[in-house]
Amino acid sequence: MTSGAGTALLAIVLSVAAALLIGAFGTRLSRTTSDFYVASRSVSPWMNASAIGGEYLSAASFLGVAGLVMAFGVDMLWFPIGYTVGYLLLLVLVAAPLRRSGAYTVPDFAEGRLESRPVRRVATTFVVLIGWLYLVPQMVGAGLTLRTVLGVPTWVGVLAVGLVVLAAVAGGGMRSITLVQAFQYWLKLVAIVAPAFFVLAAWQADGAPPVLTETPPVFAERTSVAVGTDVVLQVDQPVRVRADGVVDGEEVSGGLRLGTGSHQVAAGTELVFPAGAPVPHAEPLPTLTGQAWAQPLGGGLEHPLYRTYALMLALFFGTMGLPHVLVRFYTNPDGRAARRTTLAVLGLVGVFYLAPPVYAALGRVYTPELLITGRTDAVVLTLPGAVVGGLGGQVLSAVVAAGAFAAFLSTSSGLTISVAGVLSQDVLGRRMRSPVGAFRAATTVAVAVPVLVTLSGQSLPVANLVGLAFAVAASSFCPLLLLGIWWSRLTAAGAVAGLLVGGGLSMAAVLITLLAGPLPGWAGALLAQPAAWTMPAAVVTMVVGSLLTSRQVPTGVTRIMVRLHTPESLDLDRGANLTRGGQWP
Amino acid sequence: MTEGPTRRRVTVTGPPRSARTVRQRAAGREIDEQTALGEAYMRSLLRTQLRLAIAVLALVVLPLALLPATFALWPALGSLMVGPIPLPWLLLGLVVYPVTVLVGWRYVRQAERNEREFERIVGPPR
Repeated sequence: MTSGAGTALLAIVLSVAAALLIGAFGTRLSRTTSDFYVASRSVSPWMNASAIGGEYLSAASFLGVAGLVMAFGVDMLWFPIGYTVGYLLLLVLVAAPLRRSGAYTVPDFAEGRLESRPVRRVATTFVVLIGWLYLVPQMVGAGLTLRTVLGVPTWVGVLAVGLVVLAAVAGGGMRSITLVQAFQYWLKLVAIVAPAFFVLAAWQADGAPPVLTETPPVFAERTSVAVGTDVVLQVDQPVRVRADGVVDGEEVSGGLRLGTGSHQVAAGTELVFPAGAPVPHAEPLPTLTGQAWAQPLGGGLEHPLYRTYALMLALFFGTMGLPHVLVRFYTNPDGRAARRTTLAVLGLVGVFYLAPPVYAALGRVYTPELLITGRTDAVVLTLPGAVVGGLGGQVLSAVVAAGAFAAFLSTSSGLTISVAGVLSQDVLGRRMRSPVGAFRAATTVAVAVPVLVTLSGQSLPVANLVGLAFAVAASSFCPLLLLGIWWSRLTAAGAVAGLLVGGGLSMAAVLITLLAGPLPGWAGALLAQPAAWTMPAAVVTMVVGSLLTSRQVPTGVTRIMVRLHTPESLDLDRGANLTRGGQWP
Repeated sequence: MTEGPTRRRVTVTGPPRSARTVRQRAAGREIDEQTALGEAYMRSLLRTQLRLAIAVLALVVLPLALLPATFALWPALGSLMVGPIPLPWLLLGLVVYPVTVLVGWRYVRQAERNEREFERIVGPPR
């Protein structure tokens, strides 16, 4: 192990240990089952907002955004914009009413609002599906991080995050402790912003080599690239390399001419490119000049305008439907505090997203070899070390690695708690006697499934996978919450039909994209970005279904609307909390 | 006229308070008992808040939604430089965040104002 890897490992272990210690300390302060809710009532909106930011900024934000922007260009900035504007929509459409509902989870809200058990069951299914869909990229990111900084196989990182999350959540050490998540936010912010400043300064000192070049990226110096997984390289100009491994099915060791066209390079092959050589790109990354890369709609994907709009829709409307986001709203004392907290989250998240484009742009100058392996997701991890040399570079690499790990841990814990919560409450709870035992069993299932999927699945860009989770959330829970909060004529039958149509269609599109890989033409675009048609389908189905069953409008809806929308300070009859007696584990 | 101050205190603070309490209790009861008037109060609150939400969306989401179409129609805008930074990067990487926070801040203020107005009509704080 190199000394750089040793520093990085130390930083990762320290950040995990700090999180677990703060968690243990927090648990000792408040040991009751309701510590999550009660303790948080004494914390300020800023503390709460830090905690929400800590849970929300995942591998997709920390690694994925910079990776996608580096590969595909400015259009990918819609990802961080979507993650942020999604919170604005959450603020203006659901934050205060959701807090006032008193529901801990979407299934609680659905059952209480519509007075129906079946709608609860459908909602539970989607919490689990969306949670898993969102957990897989966290695991992918963890595997990538440990491989990049320590050189260990991918499965090590996947198992490591799985085990830490399992231990932390099942053991209760990190369970829902606001303080831990708040700590994770600030750790992540420092870990991405501070190295970005150093990288920018080093780039300036280097004479600011241009980003907006007229040619595709070239190797600034002689560069050796170790290919970790099988790739197909797209070579635009013939280049002489030194190769050691298997290229186009043949063993090579020594000089090799890569002609124009595509070449298969097997895992474990090492390629050495001369200085000034153009960088071959791994399929399906487009080979772009710096100027084309900087242009909107120039990212080399088919139907870019449709993809952009569908992505916007998925992210803007999907945020409010994410299971781990919703659960955090209960930590606010009242509806007004929920709004103020959400506003603070907007600020905290927005500041964070100023950093990834810096990595993306300078990554094309200093670490273009990532385009060969196709894992541009690693740019945040590799760039600081590549630009700032020596001990300083090692420390910066260690800092970003620790931040990335904080991102997987906090988001994975939040998602695991949400998934395990509904699994233990609605699936295992009735079959097992002890609620704690049921929660632990549910946690094991909640972690094991995404770990196994990650270990067996093919690698997709982290932010893309997260985008698919948002698309499903936007097509299922978003219409349920919006209509449930603002439209008193929603019925259980309409809601179930809408959830099944929107959630089912988007889930099907996701599965086809994951299993069959990117498809060409309109079919590929529609399936890769399904929200533009699945979300309207869900809304229309819910509205039409409710109008057709208008006799079944829940009897208590007027009282519930009073609960959702009136300030708590008013002495009104607002019925009971929309939750089942605080059975939350 | 010799006991002016005393009489003034009675007439100014007494009657208005009791009158107000009666009216407010009535408004709250209309809502609790789900009368037509109570439902009208609620409908008006919902409509005000929803209208505010839609106004906010129009202010942020609409311009954002127009951006990709604008860049598709006038590609020259996409390569316009503002100092060292291309215009799309400046807008999508930087400007969008403070604008979102600012609009969110204005929204929170207005939403709380709407609620205070509703409180004033329906009843005093507990």
